[in-house]
Amino acid sequence: MITAGIDMGSRSVKVVLLEELNVDGAPALKYGVKKVHIMMPGDLDQDVAANKAYDEVLAAAGLTRDDVKVVFATGAGRKQVAFAAEGITEMTAGAKGAVFMFPQARTVVDVGAEEGRGMKTDGEGRAIDFAGNEKCAAGAGSFAEAMSRALQMTLKEFGDASLKSDKSIPMNAQCTVFAESEVVSLIHSATPKNDIAKAVLDAVASRVCAMVRRVGIEGEVVLIGGMVHNAGFVQSLKGAMGVDTISLPDMPEYISALGCALIAAERQHR
Amino acid sequence: MSSQAVLVIDGELYGFNSMRTGNNSPDSATNALQGVMDKCGMKLEDIHYVVGTGYGRVNVPFAHKAITEIACHARGANYMGGNGVRTILDMGGQDCKAIHCDEKGKVTNFLMNDKCAAGTGRGMEVISDLMQIPIAELGPRSFDVDVEPDAVSSVCVVFAKSEALGLLKAGYTKNKVIAAYCQAMAERVVSLLERINVEEGFFITGGIAKNPGVVKRIEKLLGIKAMETKIDSQIAGALGAALFGYTLMSKKAAAA
Amino acid sequence: MIANYGYKDGSGEYYISIDTDKCIGCTAERACLTACPKQMFEIITDDYDDEVAWIKKPNCRTLAYDCADCKPSGGYSSLPCIAACTPGAIKHSW
Repeated sequence: MITAGIDMGSRSVKVVLLEELNVDGAPALKYGVKKVHIMMPGDLDQDVAANKAYDEVLAAAGLTRDDVKVVFATGAGRKQVAFAAEGITEMTAGAKGAVFMFPQARTVVDVGAEEGRGMKTDGEGRAIDFAGNEKCAAGAGSFAEAMSRALQMTLKEFGDASLKSDKSIPMNAQCTVFAESEVVSLIHSATPKNDIAKAVLDAVASRVCAMVRRVGIEGEVVLIGGMVHNAGFVQSLKGAMGVDTISLPDMPEYISALGCALIAAERQHR
Repeated sequence: MSSQAVLVIDGELYGFNSMRTGNNSPDSATNALQGVMDKCGMKLEDIHYVVGTGYGRVNVPFAHKAITEIACHARGANYMGGNGVRTILDMGGQDCKAIHCDEKGKVTNFLMNDKCAAGTGRGMEVISDLMQIPIAELGPRSFDVDVEPDAVSSVCVVFAKSEALGLLKAGYTKNKVIAAYCQAMAERVVSLLERINVEEGFFITGGIAKNPGVVKRIEKLLGIKAMETKIDSQIAGALGAALFGYTLMSKKAAAA
Repeated sequence: MIANYGYKDGSGEYYISIDTDKCIGCTAERACLTACPKQMFEIITDDYDDEVAWIKKPNCRTLAYDCADCKPSGGYSSLPCIAACTPGAIKHSW
C-alpha cells in the first residue's frame, strides 16, 4: 500500500510517498520513503503548486495517482490541497514523523522559515502538547534569514560564521524589522561578523527555547524543519536548552510530510 | 528622529522649534532649544525650568527633570485639544502609544508598543520602499482605488511585506496594495486602542497624523472623528513637558 | 491609572497591567518584587510622584518568553506575581 503526505508550507511544498512493505516475520510495518521538494513558484496558486509537486514525485517514483491509496495534507496551506482526503495539523504530523525517525524522541522542536514551536510527544508519536511562536517573524528562521541578508551572507554561511564566535552579545531589538537596523549599526561599529551571526542565532534559539520549555524538555530532543541545516543555530539551541545533544534527521524539511503519510497509512488499518 | 523644543511662558505656549535629531542627542536638544529662543528673541539664560521627555530625555543637558513621553503627550494634548481630550494616539517612527486621560490631562490608562514594528512609522516606511512611493503620497494614493480591498492579513511587517508582493503579483494595482496595507495598519492601531477604552475626544499625534490613508480608516473603524488642531501636533510631547515644567516651577516658587 | 506594560505582535497580545491606585500604599509589602522568578518588577517614582511597581524596560519587549516558565502549555492555576499581589493590582492579558 502506498500513501502520500503533502506538507504545504508558506514557501515550498514537500511531498513524501510511503510504501508499506510486508516483510515476513517483521514485528512491525516497514516503510519505504520517496520524497520531493519544490519551492513554491511565485506565480503559482497553492493548489497548482501542490498538483505540480505531487505529479513530480509520482513521476520520479514511476507511479500514477491511481497507485496511491490515500493522500493527507498538512502545513499552513493544507486546506488548499483539494485532492487530499484529510488535513492534519503541523504538530500532529511533525511529532509522528520525528518519532518514526527517532523512536526515543519525546521533545520535538520544529523551526521553519515562518514558525518555531515545541511539541511533547508519546512513544507512538502522538503530540500531547505544543507551544509556539506563530505569525511573528522574530521567533522563526525568517529572523535569521533577514539578518544574514544584512551581512550579505547565505543562511548557511551565517550559521558557519556563528560557530567561529564565542562571544555573547545580547540583541536589544525583538522585532525583525528593528533588528535589521541594530545589525547595521553593529556592522558600523566594526563588530566582527561572526559575533553578530552568533548574537542573531542565540536570539532566535532563546525565543524558540522559551516556547519549548512551556511543554517541558524531556527524553531525546529532535529538531526538525529547515533550520536543521544551520549548524550555528543547532549549537545555539543546545546552549539555550541546556542539552548536550539534539538529534537531527537527514531530511528535516520532509518530517511533517512523512508524519502525514504515516498517519494516512495507519488510518487505513483501523 | 526629530527634536522639538517648546517655550511656555506663564503656562501659555509662546513658541516652538522642530529639527532633525543628529547622532548626538545632547547637541540636538541644545540646538533645538537655542532655535526656539532665537525665534522668540530671547536667550537660554532667560529660561527658568527645563523638562526633558522622549527617548533621549535623560540626555537633555541642563534639564531639571525628565518626564515620560506618555505623561507629556497627555498633558500637551489636553492643552492643544482642550479638556475634552480623552483618547490619544501617538504613532511615531519606532513605537505606538495609546493613552486615555482625564479632563486635567492626567493619564488614566496607557500602553506603549515599541517591541513590534507593526503599527509604527517604520512599518509605513517598509511599504513605501517596497512600492517605491514616497511616504507622503501613500495616504492620498490609498483612496485612489476602484473598490476598497480587504486588509493585508499578516500583522508582522515581514510577513505583510511578502503578502503585499503576492497581491501585486495577483494583479492588484500599487494603490490597491497600499489601501490594503493602510487598512491593516488602521486595524492594528484600533486593536491597541481598544485595550485602553476609546472615548470621544480623540487626538492623534506623531507622524501618523499626517497620513490620511491611515487616519481616515481608523476614524471609520472607531466611528469617531479625530479632533482638529491649529498647532502642529508633532510638538504635543515637548509642549506637555514645558507645561509640567511650569507647574513644577510654580510649586517650587510657592514653597519658597 | 492602569499602566499596561508589554506589547502586541503577530503572535498575540502580551500585557501585564498594573492598577496604580491599588499599587500605591501597597499592603503586600511589595511582594511582587520577590515573587517573580525573573525579577521583572521594580518600584519607581512615576510622573505623578507616586511610588509604584512597573515592569523593567527590557522585559516589556520579551514578556511572552519571560513569563513562559510560569505558564506551562498544559495549564496552570495561578501565577506567582498575581498571587503575591494581594491588593489585586496585577493582571495578565494572556
